[in-house]
Amino acid sequence: MNSLLRVEDLKTCFYTDAGMVKAVDGISYDIQEGETMGLVGESGCGKSVSALSILRLIPYPPGKITGGKVVFEGKDLLQISEDEIRDVRGNRIAMIFQEPMTSLNPVLTIGLQIGEALEIHRGLKRKETRDEVLKLLRMVGIPDPERRIDDYPHQFSGGMRQRVMIAMALSCNPKLLIADEPTTAVDVTIQAQLLETIKDLTSRLGTAVILITHNLGVVARYVNRMAVMYAGRIIESGPATEVYEHPRHPYTVGLLASVPRLDKPRVGRLVPIDGQPPDLIRLPPGCSFFPRCSHRMQQCSMERPELRIVGAGHLAACLKDLGS
Amino acid sequence: MTGQYIIRRLLIMLPVLLGVSLIIFIMVRIIPGDPSMVMAGPHATKDQVEQIRTQLGLDRHPVSQYFIFIGNLFRGDLGTSTRTSLPVTKEIMARLPNTLLLALASILIATVLGVLTGIIAGVKQNSKFDYLSMLVALFGLSMPVFWLGLMLMLLFSIHLGWLPAVGAESFKHLILPAITLGANSMAIIARMTRSSMLEVIRLDYIRTARAKGLKEKLVISRHALKNALIPVVTVIGLQTGTLLGGAVLTEIVFAWPGVGRLLVEAILARDYPVVQGVVLLVATMFIFVNLVVDILYAYLDPRIRYQ
Ligand SMILES: Nc1ncnc2c1ncn2[C@@H]1O[C@H](COP(=O)(O)OP(=O)(O)OP(=O)(O)O)[C@@H](O)[C@H]1O
Ligand code: SF4
Ligand SMILES: [Mg+2]
Repeated sequence: MNSLLRVEDLKTCFYTDAGMVKAVDGISYDIQEGETMGLVGESGCGKSVSALSILRLIPYPPGKITGGKVVFEGKDLLQISEDEIRDVRGNRIAMIFQEPMTSLNPVLTIGLQIGEALEIHRGLKRKETRDEVLKLLRMVGIPDPERRIDDYPHQFSGGMRQRVMIAMALSCNPKLLIADEPTTAVDVTIQAQLLETIKDLTSRLGTAVILITHNLGVVARYVNRMAVMYAGRIIESGPATEVYEHPRHPYTVGLLASVPRLDKPRVGRLVPIDGQPPDLIRLPPGCSFFPRCSHRMQQCSMERPELRIVGAGHLAACLKDLGS
Repeated sequence: MTGQYIIRRLLIMLPVLLGVSLIIFIMVRIIPGDPSMVMAGPHATKDQVEQIRTQLGLDRHPVSQYFIFIGNLFRGDLGTSTRTSLPVTKEIMARLPNTLLLALASILIATVLGVLTGIIAGVKQNSKFDYLSMLVALFGLSMPVFWLGLMLMLLFSIHLGWLPAVGAESFKHLILPAITLGANSMAIIARMTRSSMLEVIRLDYIRTARAKGLKEKLVISRHALKNALIPVVTVIGLQTGTLLGGAVLTEIVFAWPGVGRLLVEAILARDYPVVQGVVLLVATMFIFVNLVVDILYAYLDPRIRYQ
């Protein structure tokens, strides 16, 4: 079976005054039609950069995609022309961004901002666009759409703005939705509502989803599969429940211990992982988790662990076998 | 909303203008020199000077002088020129159209060219155009109006003979003074537009626009430009004010028969009613420009409109 999206050894760097930041350092994964995948990891591990790289939205300079393939519907998005990638953006692959406060243009009405993708990709006329936008607003649960369509972003709450972003992203019925921490900036009850909305709509439309978050506890409920990133690489991936219940990489274990779990009553305290994420300019030669790992062995500082199969569809990049 | 907003702003203008008139009234009276003596001439007798003083109303108490001044002002009477014995309003009206024409042409050139240059330089950061235009802008910034005017005149009128050097008879006469007066503002507007553009283009909503698949042209014209122009509008407003000052110099260099030259002539002749009238007029224009800027602001930024 052909995957909807196949990312192969993707590498993205930032050339800064301090040196070359390897933000994404060779990641690979597949997504099938309609599948949902969670991408988790601490702040700064390269989640957003890897997502932006898919649509070639990395600002150059200082950023640059330095290698790999992003094969979507059979075409390598890193090789096609500017015109072709523009036709993919917002049409076949849509994105919801991390910051709902700043991701909408303050001087344009939300109606215009949602309708734009429809105008350029579907060639809809003004009136048809407006009708379609009203439908979308209703779909994402914005009350009284006729009255709100000509409002500006500052007239909406954080949660409502993120609904506007969802409407915008789903307007052209994309095959893949990349939601980059869509809920970080809103409060907890609204987070759950937003995730439910995304889950409902995408499963109804058959949209595949990459859900980016640093909250492992949340993600397992909403995705089929999960990939854990550390220092620009994927260090564990597999079926969400499997990774959640039987983590095989010490970093994933630590991550799970540091967030509240929704499935079990809390026994003990939440333990944050000791130490700081590594400097992406000067990565250690061996395992990048070495300095913080409580299972480390001597060989870990010399040999870089590759992903290997540890269970059914379950991969982990650790030299030590933690068992299941 | 907008209509109400404008009316409110117009009403605020009234007390400001009253304040301005008071300051001007006091200023003119503080300047050393007695207008009645100047008018009467060096050989006049004491009685003659007193007579003129009474005629001008200068024998009354300053407070009542001020109320008479304000009362007259509301009737559109700015007094009589001591130099020509014509009503001040007539003197000003004869010169005002010339100054307005010059100022308008200058700010138009400065705005259109400045904004365009700024946008291109910002969008094509570090390009040849960017470097070259910002170098020229730096010159434009550091060049005194007086000197630039003379240099342009030397090159285009005397050396090349393309444009007339002085006077205000035709459209051709307008070109050099307008460029001279606008150059400084153009440079400032271009630099401001560029830096504002550079700032906006890095923002999240621009990335959102690109992620939708918009062409770069549309990203700039629809998403970046309006936001980038908000601070530029303020600068344009301030420049219009500065320009009114620069107009005096430009009018002298190019013998442009405007209000600025009238002011200089009036000062030299101690023609206080005219000085008073011109300064009041310039202040009014300045306040009016500010009003226009605020309205434009509200048009560009819905966050202000809905406050
Ligand atoms: N414009 C940039 N210039 C230089 N470095 C950058 C830039 N953007 C990102 N980086 C670097 O890339 C790394 C990965 O950043 P990224 O935004 O992908 O992290 P993230 O996993 O999304 O974190 P978060 O959870 O905080 O969103 C960071 O360590 C950062 O230093
Ligand atoms: S390879 Fe070694 S250091 Fe790295 S996570 Fe596994 S045990 Fe820890
Ligand atoms: Mg991020």
